[in-house]
Amino acid sequence: MSIGHTLLGLLESGPRHGYDLKRAFDEKFGHDRPVHYGQIYSTMSRLLKNGLVEVDGVESGSGPERKRYAITKAGITDVGQWLAQPEKPDPYLQSTLYTKVVLALLTGRSAVELLDTQRSEHLRMMRILTDRKRQGDIADQLICDHALFHLEADLRWLELTAARLDRLAQEVSA
Amino acid sequence: MSTQDTTLTGSLLSAHELRKSFGPTPALDGASFSIRPGEVVAIMGPSGSGKSTLLHCLAGIVPPDSGTITYSGRHLTALSDAERSALRRNDFGFVFQFGQLVPELSCVENVALPLRLAGIKRKDAHRAAQKWLERLEVSDVGHKRPGEVSGGQGQRVAVARALVGSPRVVFADEPTGALDSYNGERVMQLLTDAARESQAAVVLVTHEARVAAYSDREIVVRDGQVRDAAVAV
Amino acid sequence: MSDAPGRAGIRGWARDLVLGVRFAVTGGRRGWTRTALTSFGVGLGVALLLVAAAIPHAVENREGRKGDRTVNTANSEKLSAGSFLFAQANTSFRGDMITGTVFRPTGNGRTDLPPGLAALPGPGEMAVSPALADLLASSDGALLKERLPYRVTAGIGEHGLAGPGELLYYAGSGTLTRASADGEADGFGQYAAGNPIAGVLLLIVVIAFVALLLPVAVFIGTAVRFGGDQRDRRLAALRLVGTDRAMTSRIAAGEALCGALLGLVVGAGLFVLARRFAGEVILWDVTVYPFDLVPSPMLSLLILIAVPVAAIAVSLFAMRGVSVEPLGLVRNSAPHPRKLWWRLLLPLVGFVLLLTAATATTLVGSETIQIALGATLMLVGVTALLPWLVETVVARLDGGPVAWQLAVRRLQLTSGTASRAVSGIVVAAAGAIALQMLFGSVQGDYTFTTGVDTSRAQLQMKTDTRDGSAASELVTSYQRTTGVDRAIGLTEGLIERPGPKRGEEKGHPFSRITVADCPSLRMLVKLSSCKDGDAFIVDEPAHLRTFAYVPRPGEQVKLVRTDETGKPGANAAVWRLPATAREVKSIVSPVGEMTAGVLVTPSAIDAAQLPRPMARIMVKLDPGVKDAAEHVRNTAARLDPLTSVTSLESTETDKQFASIRSGLFAGAAATMALIAASLLVSTLEQLHERKRLLSILVAFGTRRSTLSWSVLWQTAIPIALGLALAVVGGVGLGLTLLMMTGTAVADWWVFLPITGVGAALILLVTLISMPPLWRLMRPDGLRSE
Repeated sequence: MSIGHTLLGLLESGPRHGYDLKRAFDEKFGHDRPVHYGQIYSTMSRLLKNGLVEVDGVESGSGPERKRYAITKAGITDVGQWLAQPEKPDPYLQSTLYTKVVLALLTGRSAVELLDTQRSEHLRMMRILTDRKRQGDIADQLICDHALFHLEADLRWLELTAARLDRLAQEVSA
Repeated sequence: MSTQDTTLTGSLLSAHELRKSFGPTPALDGASFSIRPGEVVAIMGPSGSGKSTLLHCLAGIVPPDSGTITYSGRHLTALSDAERSALRRNDFGFVFQFGQLVPELSCVENVALPLRLAGIKRKDAHRAAQKWLERLEVSDVGHKRPGEVSGGQGQRVAVARALVGSPRVVFADEPTGALDSYNGERVMQLLTDAARESQAAVVLVTHEARVAAYSDREIVVRDGQVRDAAVAV
Repeated sequence: MSDAPGRAGIRGWARDLVLGVRFAVTGGRRGWTRTALTSFGVGLGVALLLVAAAIPHAVENREGRKGDRTVNTANSEKLSAGSFLFAQANTSFRGDMITGTVFRPTGNGRTDLPPGLAALPGPGEMAVSPALADLLASSDGALLKERLPYRVTAGIGEHGLAGPGELLYYAGSGTLTRASADGEADGFGQYAAGNPIAGVLLLIVVIAFVALLLPVAVFIGTAVRFGGDQRDRRLAALRLVGTDRAMTSRIAAGEALCGALLGLVVGAGLFVLARRFAGEVILWDVTVYPFDLVPSPMLSLLILIAVPVAAIAVSLFAMRGVSVEPLGLVRNSAPHPRKLWWRLLLPLVGFVLLLTAATATTLVGSETIQIALGATLMLVGVTALLPWLVETVVARLDGGPVAWQLAVRRLQLTSGTASRAVSGIVVAAAGAIALQMLFGSVQGDYTFTTGVDTSRAQLQMKTDTRDGSAASELVTSYQRTTGVDRAIGLTEGLIERPGPKRGEEKGHPFSRITVADCPSLRMLVKLSSCKDGDAFIVDEPAHLRTFAYVPRPGEQVKLVRTDETGKPGANAAVWRLPATAREVKSIVSPVGEMTAGVLVTPSAIDAAQLPRPMARIMVKLDPGVKDAAEHVRNTAARLDPLTSVTSLESTETDKQFASIRSGLFAGAAATMALIAASLLVSTLEQLHERKRLLSILVAFGTRRSTLSWSVLWQTAIPIALGLALAVVGGVGLGLTLLMMTGTAVADWWVFLPITGVGAALILLVTLISMPPLWRLMRPDGLRSE
């Protein structure tokens, strides 16, 4: 996720202080992990340098310097371009789980048990997300659903693999 | 609530080493199961693994070939057909995937049906049914026939019917199987919320992980056997 | 309309019809079962129609043969050398009619012969029909033999008999005289303009045909629709692979056509089979030879064409309300409430048609169509009212226990299906009730309103005697017969006013004279006192006089012959009515008649003076003696084979009417059973369709009894409504018919047995559907995944 584009997008509705930007970011997109103020500061410096934002004013006083940033025309264009460009789908070709299953089969450990344990773990996570979804607002629900669908995809893969373990074992040991 | 079994193991409904064959093919091959009051347990597994048969056995619809089922201290396997019917009427609720509403009865009459079967007066039964339709956000379909409502509404009516008799166990066999994911999840949410609120246990058969995620715990049936460490509980 | 396959032309029609036929015969076990059911149902209907189509021919043949054997009296004026005397000597045995004719050749040439006979039986011989031969040979025959004191020398062939069960004999006599014979003739075969059925009988026949054939038509219609839902699903599947609406209809028509054609074959087979046993069936004393049962070619052709056409029409009509879409059935348009007005109009028009037809006594053949149409409209109208009634009543039903609610709601959704199935029962029951009412009244007319007091006498014999003294001998003979409790003898002659005719008189005024002892006279008139030697004159109000001549006491009268009424007696004796003769009032005699004329005790007249009087003997039987009546008949035959014996008991007519009523009842019951069978089929079909739902209902603890009761109500409600309608419609039609015949209702409760049958059928259908229901209520239905 591009923090730069996100911050630019947040500025489009109006100029903000750096601290406000962090709060808005955390609230809407931060979820479990809040962004460090340092990261905001360094990103804004880069955007300033590239002419995508400008300093709208400085509030002097005690404590840290408080700049107010505003988006430039170039910045607005940049956000538009970013939104219009599709994200590259993740091919998911590198999978730790697959590696683990093959290794279990190669070393004569129980791949079934591995898969069962993993499913339990996935479901545990899904339950947590489902619970959070039930109590959260629409933003929570959407973000949790995104995760749940991915986890469900993993689980389906687990089911399918479990059903085809015998054939995999033959090929691996061949 | 009866004492011995529940206090001993904390379980409301439990099954031990169930076996059941239809013809030469075994559907259940030594399956065990246990559920506590108010608990939501998902039975998962691939198609044909025997999960529906397990549900039918647990609910006393199909008698197992061997094994024991204990509900609230009573051996289900020892009960007569009439006694099991009475148990299903009074203590259990059911939701199926489709085709469970009586097409010629209106939705509110469908919901009231279990109460009326239990001998409750029509007026009272309808009042309770209407209350449940409201809880499941389908109060406006009460007078319509099942053929005139959408799949999601119909399934909510079915859930209302399963819960109207304040059952201690709700058996749900792929309750969202015929619904899209949005409607499916909404039904699951209403079902589990309502069940939790009324302290009803839910036995949920599903092959969808996102539906199973509404449970407290899952077990997996494969080839008629339960593959889950949690069974040891 | 716009799509090309819809306008397929003849070839497309043929292709789709054939496709439909193929589906009908190859649709797997269930498809095959459906076709078999349909063709058997249609076949039963067709067989009944064929029997009906054969009846005109059979009647014609019977009547033809009866005419052929009737003595031809047309040219009695100039007889050929083969002339003979003949006399009817009919009798009855235990209620069965035995027709007999006694012959005595008078010419010296070869006599003509009645059909079925090789030679006229000689004196003391007789030829008998096979059925009579069997009866005589049976253990009961001895009693009858006494009455027919002839040697059986020959049998009567088939072409001389109306039917295989007819009891007929021809006997030869050596003693028959011109005076005792019915007449003299020289040949057989009388083709009188015929005796076309008319009056009440015609009415009965027409109504019976309508009442029994309408349900057959309804049944054929129902049979064509057996398994309709399953077929609709198959058609829906065809729509999915690309057939259009028109093609779908044609395929459905093809399926119906197949069932109907197979039904025609089955029907013809059943008819041939039934024909073989036709000789065994007795209906209203009538038996029919199998060779008489030949369906009329025109009517057969009509059946051959009408049944398949009707089958196609019905199946297409049935698809009118639904459109078969690729994904299943879509019911067009929200069902709007059925209209009442035209349904009421039908029976009203029928009522008017019947009323304007005629009064039944003057009924002639040309009015049959109007009557048939009127009765049909009334019955069809009653049937047409049923869907409206079921819909209206069911829509108002509510509440009640769960089973009731399930049934009512089901009926509310599909009241049309339910009423269709029941409509046949309504027609059959309504028709049967109307006919039973008509019979009941007509029968009552014949037996009860005559006023016969069967507690005073059960048999009356009339015989010509030489003179008045013979009558008392007869009484003694009867009195001695086994089983006779009491015999009353009357000698009846005629008296005439002596002297020339007066004024405008066409003949001499006459009256009757009855000679009997006091106890016998007391049966006829109210007597304060009576001793031998008394004479009485019956006092009648002037406007109700039976005879124009009322002699005064002390007046002289002429005694004339009974067989020359009106003609002046040549050498008539003269007798003076005693001056002491008193006026008396008539009472109803044991035979239900009022008495008129002059009554005389034996001492007041020399009975020998009466020329050829008629002896009338009334006999009271001893109810404790078996076959008492048969013994009396034997006595009568011994005294004079030509004695006319009248049974005053209602048993004979009762027996005839009872057989026709029970035949009608059996017919109606069989029709209703047939329709119950189709009801059963549709109930079972419906249960199969609801397999999964039933399993689910069981899953959440529904009792078996709840579902069983629901099936019962579901059958019972429409049938009960149907029977109620049938009672109203049947009694209505019955009353209309009674208005036509001018008779009163004899029994208001005739509808009870028929409704009883209906109720029994409800139970039967429910009972038979129980085992499948219980089997379907097993949880297997849940395992549909």
